[in-house]
Amino acid sequence: MIEFRLDPNAGVASYLQIVQQVRQALLLGMLAEGDRLPTVKQVVGMVAINPNTVLKAYRELELEGLVVAKPGAGTFVTKSLAQPSITEHEPLRRELEAWLAKARAAGLTEAELDALMRTTVRDTADEEK
Amino acid sequence: MTAIVEAHALGKRYGARPALTDCTLHIPPGHVVGLVGPNGAGKSTLLKLACGLLTPTTGSINVLGGRPGAGPVQIAKVGYLAQDAPIEPALSIADHLKLGAHLNPRWDKAFAAARIEGLGLDPKQKAGKLSGGQRAQLALTIATGKHPDLLLLDEPVASLDPIARRDFLKLLMDTVAEHGTSVILSSHLISDLERVCDYLVVLASAQVRLAGEVEELTAAHRWITCTRRDADTLPAGVEVVSAKHTDRQSTFMVRSATPVPSGDWVSEPVGLEDLVLTYMERDTPAGRVAPQNLESTR
Repeated sequence: MIEFRLDPNAGVASYLQIVQQVRQALLLGMLAEGDRLPTVKQVVGMVAINPNTVLKAYRELELEGLVVAKPGAGTFVTKSLAQPSITEHEPLRRELEAWLAKARAAGLTEAELDALMRTTVRDTADEEK
Repeated sequence: MTAIVEAHALGKRYGARPALTDCTLHIPPGHVVGLVGPNGAGKSTLLKLACGLLTPTTGSINVLGGRPGAGPVQIAKVGYLAQDAPIEPALSIADHLKLGAHLNPRWDKAFAAARIEGLGLDPKQKAGKLSGGQRAQLALTIATGKHPDLLLLDEPVASLDPIARRDFLKLLMDTVAEHGTSVILSSHLISDLERVCDYLVVLASAQVRLAGEVEELTAAHRWITCTRRDADTLPAGVEVVSAKHTDRQSTFMVRSATPVPSGDWVSEPVGLEDLVLTYMERDTPAGRVAPQNLESTR
């Protein structure tokens, strides 16, 4: 079984944090097809959150086609995400390294790099919606 | 389904001092409601009105469709836990459970006993010997033993250390998950409320300042930061909740039903804590002295 953590300072809604952690667990192979997600009661007992938040996260995962709820039995993983792992994106990583070298040469500090990275990721994500 | 709380122009005075003024609320069922506000804002008064320990001076309040405290059926539906988890120090845990069984027709003996066992507590132990966290859990067990449809909790975690607080909230959320209980709890700890609440009521100076589903409230509010300008130059349809200016910069908290259009400003989401604090501080007439702090003078 997997465990959830909630970070109140993440600036991300609690239900989205659960969704992200399930996706991450799928990517890293900690969850595979056929596995059962913790029950709502188990999650509530782990992290002290509103059960509706957990239900909402599981519904979202169901809409994404990653899990399916079987009444009385639980919520089960239907799809494995573990194929295109991060190591298979070596070319992208190298491009990013090259870009980072350029940015540092241009005088950007670590904090500025981080801020630029975050805002760009967020802005482009907004545009895609 | 029946609303948890339906209040119309509800008011309560203690002598000349208004404890709650013109409070209108409609809280739909199935929610865990966070009640926040400074000391003396009227939180305890509202909870006592909801369970029938107090009667309104003006206006009306209905809880789960009935008048608070009106008859055994209404009383069985509503559980109330007063501030500081009241227990009887000289009585044992088992005695407390017996009392609960005697006083509540809907008492679930097996559930209460299982809870105490699950908490690792010895029923023979005197309640006075329990730690603060255990005392709060005993009090919550008694309040939930009759399986109320609505639990009213007045600052249940205020005096607990962080671990006991987390354990208490787990126990509470477990009750919600298992029995679908609705909850109204008052607290100063917004980070706790953020975890467990999906509905928020902000009280200040005896008035409701903000009420609504947490998700809708956070989605409807944004921070706007820009070069210094007047609030009325912001786009139409945007309600300004707060405005702060330095010599160069203006920072607005705005409420808008539709997404804030982009412009020469930065628009950022508002966290629950900022939202609560801003509404608490809002609209307090300048120069007025804050209501006397009842809770610290008691």
